[in-house]
Amino acid sequence: MSMEFLIATAIGALTWAGIYLSLRGRTFPVVLGVTMLSYAINLFLFAIGRLKVGAPPIFSEDAATYTDPLPQALVLTAIVISFGMSALVVVLSLRTFLETGTDQVDGEPDPAIDPLDGDREEWIARRNAHRIDMLGETRP
Amino acid sequence: MSLSISDNLAASLIAAPIMLPSLAGTMALIFRRRRRMVAAGISIGSTALQVLIAVALLLRASQSDPTPYAMGDWPAPFGIVLVLDQLAAWMLLLTSVVGFAVATHAALTKLDRKGWNFHPIFQFQLLGINGAFLTGDLFNLFVFFEVLLIASYGLILHGQGARRLTSGVQYVVVNLTGSTLFLVGLGILYGVTGTLNMADMAARGAQLAQGDRGLFLAGGLVLIAVFALKAALLPLHLWLPRAYSSTAPAVAALFAIMTKVGAYSIIRTTPLIFGDVAEPILLPAALGTIILGFAGMLAARGLRDMAAFGLIGSTGTLLVAIALFDGDGLAAALYYLPHTTIAAAFLFLTVDLVVRWRGVEGDAIVPTPRFAGASLLAFLFLAGGVALAGLPPLSGFFGKLLILDAALASPQAAWIWGVILVTSLIAVVALARAGSTVFWKHDETPELPEDRDPPRLVQALPSLFLLALLVGLTVFAGPATRYTQGTAAQVLDTPLYLRSVLGTASPPSPTAQGDAP
Repeated sequence: MSMEFLIATAIGALTWAGIYLSLRGRTFPVVLGVTMLSYAINLFLFAIGRLKVGAPPIFSEDAATYTDPLPQALVLTAIVISFGMSALVVVLSLRTFLETGTDQVDGEPDPAIDPLDGDREEWIARRNAHRIDMLGETRP
Repeated sequence: MSLSISDNLAASLIAAPIMLPSLAGTMALIFRRRRRMVAAGISIGSTALQVLIAVALLLRASQSDPTPYAMGDWPAPFGIVLVLDQLAAWMLLLTSVVGFAVATHAALTKLDRKGWNFHPIFQFQLLGINGAFLTGDLFNLFVFFEVLLIASYGLILHGQGARRLTSGVQYVVVNLTGSTLFLVGLGILYGVTGTLNMADMAARGAQLAQGDRGLFLAGGLVLIAVFALKAALLPLHLWLPRAYSSTAPAVAALFAIMTKVGAYSIIRTTPLIFGDVAEPILLPAALGTIILGFAGMLAARGLRDMAAFGLIGSTGTLLVAIALFDGDGLAAALYYLPHTTIAAAFLFLTVDLVVRWRGVEGDAIVPTPRFAGASLLAFLFLAGGVALAGLPPLSGFFGKLLILDAALASPQAAWIWGVILVTSLIAVVALARAGSTVFWKHDETPELPEDRDPPRLVQALPSLFLLALLVGLTVFAGPATRYTQGTAAQVLDTPLYLRSVLGTASPPSPTAQGDAP
């Protein structure tokens, strides 16, 4: 009973944090939120095969009972995909920040928390000058 | 297994729409820097070959029951199966012709030169879409969704620029959340039924105890919500206009088929596995989507926005027909589906040519100086508008007529008729206003840039190809509707699907999955 309660609470807390963060207006909290959501779903997928302690998934000579091996395979796939996706979102947000000069999700800078302090033109000029150094970028 | 080699090859043709793009994508990746023409040739050749394969599969599917293809020869439900039936073959053919037109268009307009990886990503996109249409396994469907989404992230950012990146981030985050929800639904369904094979899940879902049935339907509704997100159904449509109008129009033309992946998944899973659970939600949402889409066309300031909203509206029309969930409704939907996809892709390609040939003002709906090739574009835009709004003489008219006819049996017939007819009028007004402003009014003040490329008429060939397909769909409406009626009957014949995939109409071994530990 206590293990189910623990897992369920963990999934719930992670989902709650994930939804809250992914509704924020700046890309960094959103990235964190999406990551939290994927952690929550990994735990959830792991739990769908029912929680069993000390039971082997495939084969053991002296096993009285087995745990379902399929959810573990599904979790593995989900982890790989969500890990790759998180990396993509991080790179994409960074690139968007460098391109637009703001980390607001809608691309409109919020004057109250604008990291550039309104000096956008100068910043973009400086960005363009250093662009090749920062990203190793080559255009076809 | 005493099959001859030719039998084996013929059976393996089912896997070809997945194998071929993955091979072509890898080959294009090798040639992408040094021999760009070779990469483009491989890509276009692969899409052309996919058209031939799809035709062969369509001919085969129209003569037989659903045919499973067991990957690695592991029988369903233990291994992953691909299932070829009439619905899958119809969607494969549609994907391959649109893919062929868009790949050719991208090569002719040199869109593929704006980044290194256009053709490889394009092929992986087709791989994901084809796989989603063929698979008979829900988790495998998730994996193919991810493949097509990952490729679409690459395509939507192709060419880059600040606006494209901002909308790209939104698109990626929305779809990541959608994928998470997909896994939630899958998790619930697996937890209840203990299987991921669609046919097996259908058989076991029907035998569930009363208590588990609610959980099962909840999982199903979560999945349908995810599919509705892909199909841009109200209120889950918000990601689409900005993403599609800020990416390259040729890419958006290919993406016209992505909303249909969502619609396809609803057609595939709902009658088979979940029954009529989603009916009361889908129909009002689809009607709202039509209104929103076509009203959005009227409000659009750019041609690309307009095409994007038109895509939303026409997908809504399609979902109305699907939401009827009877033979006539599905048959009408399956006739309207290729029409609306090709029409939207055609309009996006035409808009791309307008942006390129006009040289000023981008895609804004404003008068500009006279430009070369305007009369051809005006004709293409007129044809695209006629197709999208569903006017005669093109196939959209027949499609809408079939949908209205099928809706007569529904208790909501008055609503469906009213919404579809009034919104068609709104779409006509919006398209006429945009067309006359862009092509008939002239304003000589903006200077044409000196260095703009002269229009090359050959660039219009892929658009003309799509137009020819629409004409073909109109001329051969008889055989096409006969095929879609057969398809609808096959989709609704659940026992046939179970027999074909599992060999029996009941699950092979009842498990103790439902028992709590």
